[in-house]
Amino acid sequence: MLDNLVLVLSITLMYSTPLVFGALGGVISERSGVTNIGIEGMMNVGAFAGVAGSYVSGNPWIGLLCAGLAGGLVALLHAVASVTFNADQTISGVAINLLAPGIALFACRRMFDGAAMSSVVNTLPKLIDTSGFGDSPLSSLNLDVTVLLGLIAAVVMWFVLYRTKWGLRVRSVGEHPEASETLGISVYRTRYICVILSGVLAGFGGASMTLAIISQYTQTAISGQGFIALAAVIFGKWTPHGAYLACLLFGFTQALTVMLGGGSVVPTQILAMLPYVMTVLVLVFFVGRSVAPKADGVPYIKGSR
Amino acid sequence: MNNTVIKVLRKPITSAIVAILIGFLVAAIVLASAGYDPGASFAALFSGMVGRPRYIVNVIIKATPLLLCGIGVAFAFKVGLFNIGAEGQYILGTVAATIVGITCDLPAVLEIPLVVLSGTIAGALSGALIGWLKAKFGIHEVITSIMFNWISLYLCNYVVSLDAFHQPNTTGTYAVHESALTMILPNWKLSAEGQAALANFPVLRDVLVRCDVNVGIIVAVVVAILIGWLLKRTKVGYEMRAVGLNKDAARFAGINVEKNIVLCMVISGGLCGLAGALNITGILPHGISTLAAFENNGFNGLSVAFIAGCSPVGCIPAALLFAGLIYGGQTVQQTMGAPSEIISIMIGTIVFCMALGGVIPMLAEHIQRSRAERAEQARKLAAEAGTTPVAAPAGESDASRTSGSAGASSSEAEASSKTTESNGSNDKKGADGDAR
Amino acid sequence: MEASSDYAVQMHGITKTFGSFTALDSVDLDVKKQTVHAILGENGAGKSTLMNVLYGLYQADAGEVYLGGQSVQIQSPLDAIAHGIGMVHQHFMLVENFTVTENIILGDEVCHSLGVLDMARAKKEVEKIVREYGFDVDPDAKIEDITVGMQQRVEILKALYRGADTLILDEPTAVLTPQEITQLIKIMRGLVARGKTIIIITHKLKEIMESADACTIIRRGKYMGTVDVSKTTEGELASKMVGRRVNLTVEKGPAKPGETALSVRGLHVRDGRGIEQVCGLDLDVRVGEIVGIAGIEGNGQEEFVQAIDGLAKVDSGTISVKGEEIQNTIPRNVLDHKVATVPADRQRFGLVLPFTVAENVILERHGEETFGKGATLDYGKVRSFANGLIKEYDIRPADCVDSLAGGLSGGNQQKVIIAREVSSKPDLLVAVQPTRGLDVGAIEFVHKVLIRERDRGAAILLISLELDEVMDVADTIAVIHHGKIVGTFKQGTVSEEEVGLLMAGGGKQ
Repeated sequence: MLDNLVLVLSITLMYSTPLVFGALGGVISERSGVTNIGIEGMMNVGAFAGVAGSYVSGNPWIGLLCAGLAGGLVALLHAVASVTFNADQTISGVAINLLAPGIALFACRRMFDGAAMSSVVNTLPKLIDTSGFGDSPLSSLNLDVTVLLGLIAAVVMWFVLYRTKWGLRVRSVGEHPEASETLGISVYRTRYICVILSGVLAGFGGASMTLAIISQYTQTAISGQGFIALAAVIFGKWTPHGAYLACLLFGFTQALTVMLGGGSVVPTQILAMLPYVMTVLVLVFFVGRSVAPKADGVPYIKGSR
Repeated sequence: MNNTVIKVLRKPITSAIVAILIGFLVAAIVLASAGYDPGASFAALFSGMVGRPRYIVNVIIKATPLLLCGIGVAFAFKVGLFNIGAEGQYILGTVAATIVGITCDLPAVLEIPLVVLSGTIAGALSGALIGWLKAKFGIHEVITSIMFNWISLYLCNYVVSLDAFHQPNTTGTYAVHESALTMILPNWKLSAEGQAALANFPVLRDVLVRCDVNVGIIVAVVVAILIGWLLKRTKVGYEMRAVGLNKDAARFAGINVEKNIVLCMVISGGLCGLAGALNITGILPHGISTLAAFENNGFNGLSVAFIAGCSPVGCIPAALLFAGLIYGGQTVQQTMGAPSEIISIMIGTIVFCMALGGVIPMLAEHIQRSRAERAEQARKLAAEAGTTPVAAPAGESDASRTSGSAGASSSEAEASSKTTESNGSNDKKGADGDAR
Repeated sequence: MEASSDYAVQMHGITKTFGSFTALDSVDLDVKKQTVHAILGENGAGKSTLMNVLYGLYQADAGEVYLGGQSVQIQSPLDAIAHGIGMVHQHFMLVENFTVTENIILGDEVCHSLGVLDMARAKKEVEKIVREYGFDVDPDAKIEDITVGMQQRVEILKALYRGADTLILDEPTAVLTPQEITQLIKIMRGLVARGKTIIIITHKLKEIMESADACTIIRRGKYMGTVDVSKTTEGELASKMVGRRVNLTVEKGPAKPGETALSVRGLHVRDGRGIEQVCGLDLDVRVGEIVGIAGIEGNGQEEFVQAIDGLAKVDSGTISVKGEEIQNTIPRNVLDHKVATVPADRQRFGLVLPFTVAENVILERHGEETFGKGATLDYGKVRSFANGLIKEYDIRPADCVDSLAGGLSGGNQQKVIIAREVSSKPDLLVAVQPTRGLDVGAIEFVHKVLIRERDRGAAILLISLELDEVMDVADTIAVIHHGKIVGTFKQGTVSEEEVGLLMAGGGKQ
């Protein structure tokens, strides 16, 4: 019983961590007023860059840094399109979701002799060394260090958004950019920073998949997590804490799927639908008309043209 | 002469062509920096696309589902909805068509419409549900669509696993009954007499025998024209466009916004479902298989729609180009060893440039404005020189009027109107328009 | 005029162009310290542009700015703030879901070290200014929960918090009641007494006469002179502003009311947040008369119109058009009862901006057989119908039938809407704020159409926040307060002050 609980907890945290980073990226970008559907692509690039960094340097931490950097670079594209050129942010995001996995896989094939997957690389350490626990239920406690990093990122983002002047400014830019501009806050700069930051976080999210969970990059390492993270942003009402909890819930349904998967009562394929069905139900019954930041997705065109 | 330049720059197709050129340029740079010869790679790409009649036919076959999904996405986008659920609706179309095609065995006259229709309806229902959730609960269609994509994928896998459909020792289902097939002369071309007849026509033989030639593309092209006509020339289309561009004004004018949203998603989903069904009846293996990941027919439909600037008829060349790039991309990998993902990079760049689409009409404006400024200066100089002083030029604000017109999507247009309202340029509009 | 330290603000030879359009053409402004200085001009004359230059939102193409006699370069709002200039915009620049305190400190936050907000100290500082100037504002209230008058005070507080010596108020009275206006003038006087200088942008002559010391007039981007308010008249200001003699009254014959077209009884309607906004409203509008509803924004006018148009749910009560109840049906049904509405927000409700003019004029009537058989739409017919309206209503430019509505000027957009609504020959025409943001010529035109429609035999319901408009145009004046009609008067039987008092919830019942 207890070891099952511990296992559920472990799996929940494992699955939710990449989502947490992606969702936090979504929160920061959308809070500043830029819709970021490209989270998926940024995670994908991060997933590869993390592995590549770890492969080249042998140090997974350097890999993690590379992942953030790569995600941020891709996000820069989105920022240029949506902030400077007032492009349609949804289309730009879709483009990034095409472009980024292409780049990642292209680079992967270049690096690993044409294979669509990388070698196994050094991964980030576990949070707790379970080797000493013997047969106790705690031995199945499998926590990656990224779990802690995700939690820290969420707490820090909450603190910055709600307790510091930068947070106040970011929120004002997402709600009423004209008002911010009249008070001397640069809407463009704020949005650039937030979008790039969202890419960095998404990159970490991708790396927390490949550098912690599967220890290599494959074509399907990131398959839909970015989109689920976006759902978590909405479900969490555009707050870091809300999004974090939403990710935990998604992780939990995944864990349930894994745990129940052994039984024959419900077919695995039906069980696999659970997280997605639940998202829709949750949105229908608990969220309703959600309150996005007022200027979310609306290009800001400066007065002086 | 200069006017022609401006006109050309304003045309949406100019944006598309420039985007495609940039796509090739970026791909060339990436190839070159990775140590491949771009020229040779593109040559391989094109020979893989159009090098043989059979390649061309295969491109067309591949283009069919992309075209139908593209039209579905483009249509929804015109109504202000972002149907990223095309993928799931496509899958549901294949699933429903497979189920019906295996369980029912009727004469072709009945079987084909039944199978194709069932796939269409499955996609339409999924679309309807997404539309209804949006209209009724205000849940953003992007989120529900994405969830439905996964639900559809697992549903597909579930159906494959059922004993009634699963073909033992494979990862797929049985094929649908032969009477459901929409291929062109599927039996005759393999029969002895067919082979004999074709022996004299090597090109035709190559095309017919080695490709899954089917009627899908005809259906898709007809649908493209039909949807274009629906949007532009009918009252329903007019209502839908009004809803897409300004929900509030549409509702105010007595248009039933919710009904139009659901109806639009029904049609959009139906088109994606149709794409799925036609792929089951039209190409091998005429059944579904376990999906480890998305096949991307629906997602690629998104790209097709955006390259086409969301024009249904424009989706025809866009889908052909897209299918050509994907199909020809395989040759690049085979002959050059360059990863075929170069195609994803190219397509991603093209779509990205289409997102920046406003830039080129903006360039047109810029040219026009600076010309107007020069003319104004000349006039001022003339006035100072003592000739007739000229009053404010008529049509002076043409440049500002056209802002955001060409190829503007709903959100862009809405946003630009919002900003014009708030940044005080009402001032100048009022001044030049009202006070006459 | 030479730059001098007696002046808070001096702007000399300011020129600003947008593309080929000259918004300001060598405009001068000299504002003495500790005065209220008005800038008068029509909509679109360039008043706001001039102030946006002063506030650093726009960069002038030519001209000098002096503050207290010193030449300055103002590149951004931050520069302006640093130079002691504060601006209250016409559309308030407040973040709705922030508190009063958060809005005030935004951009100039009170912090512990490392940028961590110190909200307790921020609140104290805000309270200090609130007390000093005698404002009645709760620092913890959310903007979306407070009244418009209160929001305006928050805007002024924002400027004072930043140490503004010179305050620019852009059309500050547009949303206030006569009583609130009196209060605002008192606040302005109090600020001047404490050493501040105030620049007020307006096109309302009466307020200038009441509140300002000096007045600079701008017409179509050109400087028309500065006058001492105590030595001028409303008439003189008006002709300077418009450039011709202005007929300040509305010409019309007497109303000949007939049968009742609109009858509203005991109407109750809630807004989107569930708060009752229309609370037992009774009203009759007869054919051949214009009933004007005077009231402050947010007293149920919006919900009342939505209820008539079938856009808001009616909790109880009835709305009858020519004897048939139409409440709680759908907009289509209301339109079929020959009710036409000119909405307050023309860009949001009135037009589909990315549609052409032709497409816009059939927004409500595209289903009619005249515009195409069965399910199809015949654009040839639509265009010829639109061209007829363009000619009849003098919509400019004359060849705009295929132009996007979003590209027209505000006045011409409004003409498109009015042409469309009137072309259906309605039995009841509801006109909400039909002249908002229009200049004198366009306003005259709109009023003429309303009177023409009245004389044709339509019932006209005019809802306006401009009290003058209601007093001048309506045959019957109904005052709305808290979702109820609190007084009905024949034109000419009631004074502006009495109506104003009722609007604010006071006065006789």
